[in-house]
Amino acid sequence: MSNLQVPAWGTWVMLVGFVAFIVLLVIYFKRNHGLKRPIFSSPYTLWIIVFTIVPCLLIAYYAFTDVNGAFTLDNFKNFWDSNYDMNKELIAMGFNPADMGFARGTVNVDTLGYSLWMAFLCTVICLVLGYPTAHIMAERDFKLGPTLVVLFVIPMWMNFLLRTIAWMSLLEDNGLINGLLEWLGIGKVQLMYNSGAVLLGMVYNYLPFMVFPIYNVLNKMDYKLSEAAMDLGCDKWKTFYKVTLPLSLPGVVSGITMVFMPAVTTFFIPRMLGGGNTEMFGDLIERTFLTANNWNVGSALSMIMMVLILLSLGLLRKVDPEGEGGSMI
Amino acid sequence: MEEQRLITLENISKAYDGVTVLSNIDLYIRKKEFVTLLGPSGCGKTTTLRIIGGFETADSGRVMFDGKDISALPPYKRRVNTVFQKYALFPHLNVKDNIAFGLKLKKTPKDEIDRKVDKMLDLVNLSGYGKRSVDSLSGGQQQRIAIARALVNEPEVLLLDEPLGALDLKLRKEMQLEIKDMQQRLGITFLYVTHDQEEALTMSDTIVVMRGGHILQIGTPKSIYDEPKNAFVANFIGESNIFPGTMVRDELVHFCGADFPCVDGGFGEDTPVDVVVRPEDVLLVGEDVGQVTGTIKSVLFKGVHYEMMIDAGHSTWKVHSTSMQPVGSRVGLSVVPFNIHIMKPMKEDAAK
Repeated sequence: MSNLQVPAWGTWVMLVGFVAFIVLLVIYFKRNHGLKRPIFSSPYTLWIIVFTIVPCLLIAYYAFTDVNGAFTLDNFKNFWDSNYDMNKELIAMGFNPADMGFARGTVNVDTLGYSLWMAFLCTVICLVLGYPTAHIMAERDFKLGPTLVVLFVIPMWMNFLLRTIAWMSLLEDNGLINGLLEWLGIGKVQLMYNSGAVLLGMVYNYLPFMVFPIYNVLNKMDYKLSEAAMDLGCDKWKTFYKVTLPLSLPGVVSGITMVFMPAVTTFFIPRMLGGGNTEMFGDLIERTFLTANNWNVGSALSMIMMVLILLSLGLLRKVDPEGEGGSMI
Repeated sequence: MEEQRLITLENISKAYDGVTVLSNIDLYIRKKEFVTLLGPSGCGKTTTLRIIGGFETADSGRVMFDGKDISALPPYKRRVNTVFQKYALFPHLNVKDNIAFGLKLKKTPKDEIDRKVDKMLDLVNLSGYGKRSVDSLSGGQQQRIAIARALVNEPEVLLLDEPLGALDLKLRKEMQLEIKDMQQRLGITFLYVTHDQEEALTMSDTIVVMRGGHILQIGTPKSIYDEPKNAFVANFIGESNIFPGTMVRDELVHFCGADFPCVDGGFGEDTPVDVVVRPEDVLLVGEDVGQVTGTIKSVLFKGVHYEMMIDAGHSTWKVHSTSMQPVGSRVGLSVVPFNIHIMKPMKEDAAK
């Protein structure tokens, strides 16, 4: 079980980080002769160092080493060829893997492609559903707006595992919906264990993250701007696409970020609602760590995910430099 | 001035959630006239403007424009344009695109848009600002762009909703003159909303004094200043001394313990009235020749004149004078008959 132990290298990183933090704290106190505002952020800084920065360094460490702690790039080759390890062993034993049916496989890449595609679909559906919802909620004359906001928030207080399991009891063969369909004489329909069910679960879970940034921007927008547009000759539709839509783009960008990021890394939802047929990248990483118990390959997969997320974040930051829309969450 | 009525409001009433904002407003606006709706906040002046602009619909009554009922028309079908209180410039467009917004919607050819926008920038003294972002402009400049954005559409009526409210005093005075000048050069009807009585007096052809959803008085700046209909108007327009008095007979009024000859009549004998005397119309004379005598309570230097509060027994007078009397000295007060203005006393409910 050497994989489950923190390597000596990692322990040292943590120790050095912690000592450096204490030293900085002491220097800070000496300089300022008292308690200043930034000092209050120190528990948070400590938290970030111990639980975010150190684990990231550990992932990098695992990704570039093999079981014995020696430097290697094999883990990334595993990403392109999921049978890489198996093939290597077979070749070492003098076999040709292609003859034995172990041809080059790219299951990991496929899983990533599938995840990206599902996340893309989820984001598009959330946008199509979320924008009109946010628009209605932010409507000045719509008295139920604040109530709707609360209704959207309440499910978010529940753990998303519970919410997903709740969907299972709705969708399963003997579930509520099928019961209703049978009662209506339509008969049972296979609702679960396909990509559609996974997509439904994802949209359900991530929709609020699309609605709120857009709602936030629309709600803050000066309604006089729409009036000015009407005054200058715009009807309702022209007002929308000439003024409201362009001004709400920061919210849309934030919404897309906040839905797409978690959607790509979704796990649990595909396993519960999709059965075994719809593994996504988050599940693959989890399986590699916990089932295959291969921390090195798992770390490499995680790093690929992180790089992808950072790249898309950077891309979106260019469109919405202030991150304005996300300020509510 | 042409006598043609361009906009007529007929018996307009409006309530929000049961609270009456406008009740039975009747008003007409002539072509090329500069009309100001003047009143304290909550008097219904902005609502009146918004009903004409099409942003609100009246609960009852009609809005007539050039003889046609436009009550049900949406804003984009009305031949009026609005300058909003906080400008409402589009932050995602630059100065030129803001001004060209209305023209582009009308599918105006590009070279004509360029020509008209340049002309407008010239009119508001901001030539060469076309490429700037609106956020980079000062308040006064944004205000000019807002006016240019509305005027470029060549509206028949320009509605201005407290357009100078956010500017400092000096800039406000400059802009008052500029707006008045623009209106005269372009020959467009302006309907202006403000709570600043000085602004109204400076710019308007006609002032409409409003309060609590009612129109109290309509008239030229001079007639409203000189002949206020009641104590509220007198107090709101300029500074006034308002005393309760009794009309002894025509051309003789009794107030502050003395009889004053005046020029008003027709109130009947021994009728209670309100008497208005403007502070600048009170003459300081020798104690022995004054109609009323009093003691100087305080003196404030106001630049052009001194403002003195004078205690005359049962009444306190505010007096503006260029000659200063020391605090505590006894003076006589005198008012020439022409400067005494008699009004019917305000009904209690209207005074609240």
